[in-house]
Amino acid sequence: METAIASGLQGLLLGFSHFEIGQALMILIGSLLLYLGIAKGFEPLLLLPIGFGAILVNIPLAGLMEEGGVLRFFYDTGVLTEIFPILIFVGIGAMTDFQPLLENPKIIMLGAAGQFGIFLTLLLALALGFDKLEAVAIGIIGACDGPTAIYVSSKFAPHLLGAVSVAAYSYMSLVPLIQPPIMRLLTTEKEKKIVMGAVKQPVSKTTKILFPVVVTVTASLVAPLGTPLIGMVMLGNLMKESGAVERLKHASENEITNIVTLLLGLSIGATMQADKFLRVETLLVLGLGLIAIGLDTAVGVLFGKLMCLLTGGKINPLIGAAGISAFPMSARVVQAEGQRYNKKSYLLMPAMSANAAGQIGSIIAAAVMLSVLKGMGIV
Amino acid sequence: MDTWTFGWTVAIIGMGGTMFVLWLLSLVILLLKKLFPYKAKTSAPLKG
Repeated sequence: METAIASGLQGLLLGFSHFEIGQALMILIGSLLLYLGIAKGFEPLLLLPIGFGAILVNIPLAGLMEEGGVLRFFYDTGVLTEIFPILIFVGIGAMTDFQPLLENPKIIMLGAAGQFGIFLTLLLALALGFDKLEAVAIGIIGACDGPTAIYVSSKFAPHLLGAVSVAAYSYMSLVPLIQPPIMRLLTTEKEKKIVMGAVKQPVSKTTKILFPVVVTVTASLVAPLGTPLIGMVMLGNLMKESGAVERLKHASENEITNIVTLLLGLSIGATMQADKFLRVETLLVLGLGLIAIGLDTAVGVLFGKLMCLLTGGKINPLIGAAGISAFPMSARVVQAEGQRYNKKSYLLMPAMSANAAGQIGSIIAAAVMLSVLKGMGIV
Repeated sequence: MDTWTFGWTVAIIGMGGTMFVLWLLSLVILLLKKLFPYKAKTSAPLKG
């Protein structure tokens, strides 16, 4: 009887006896993510489940990521199969209004320049010794688009998924801190003060409805491997613009996105096991992610300067910084910076056009990269 | 294929390809707007 009681009590101590310093550190990191999400408001919808997932998976003997574990089930069925990010893309499409872009399509090239950080960071990652597919997964942080980063990294470097996702979502929420110094550094006083004329070209409903269909066909023909990304965003947008399937649109932007966001966050957190996360390469991924978004901003502003030159000073180069996917945060940063130097400058609308272009641009950049990899026989 | 050939190829084609696709999309948008221009709704004249 006494032996049985002693064994039973010993069972209650097993967790403590197997608790390692690495797991304690990861629980602290998970708690930090919770703090950033809850107290600081940094992408709470993702950082909260990621942080909690990181805490759960570092509880010794809980077995949540072992065969048959609940988090392992979410991860295998939703992340490894790419279903979760794909479903989130439908929701993003249903929530996105491409009207600012349709009104001012000349700005679309800023959405391409704003993705150059992806490719430049890929080169940096290779220089630091990461292998080819790891470099691709790290570079994609520069898309500044969480689901795209998750889609690509889960496909090519699932062991980096936790670091890449945390970097992508954290830096997205830090855009108001990351972008302004780069914008100020790369533009002259005169450029910062340029007042842009309003471009208001109303768009017909037919154009809005045909846009997602035509974009899907055009972009997918050039970059077929990106069809799941482009197609799902545009499906969501078609549901929104058609006005014919209000229930499906509502479900996509609410119930489906909410459920998937929760499961996706938990699954990503579940990849943050101490032995896999506490490595030098995680720090490198976080550093490179920051550089990627900095490079996106820098190239966007430089491209804005080129457009300013070509249009005889009609374009304020600051709007180039909005050519990333952080919508509408980046456009607001541009508006605030413009106002800081010229109270008569209202850059919000052109910056929103560039920002909408950045949303498409990030998906197109990922799609192009996937197709180039396929063409080269890497995947 | 060595690392740098891979890196530069992906970077150059990737940046060029992204530019090309978005340029193509800007043409598509302009074409759609030309084919289906916005028509402001006019209110029906009042019958007196």
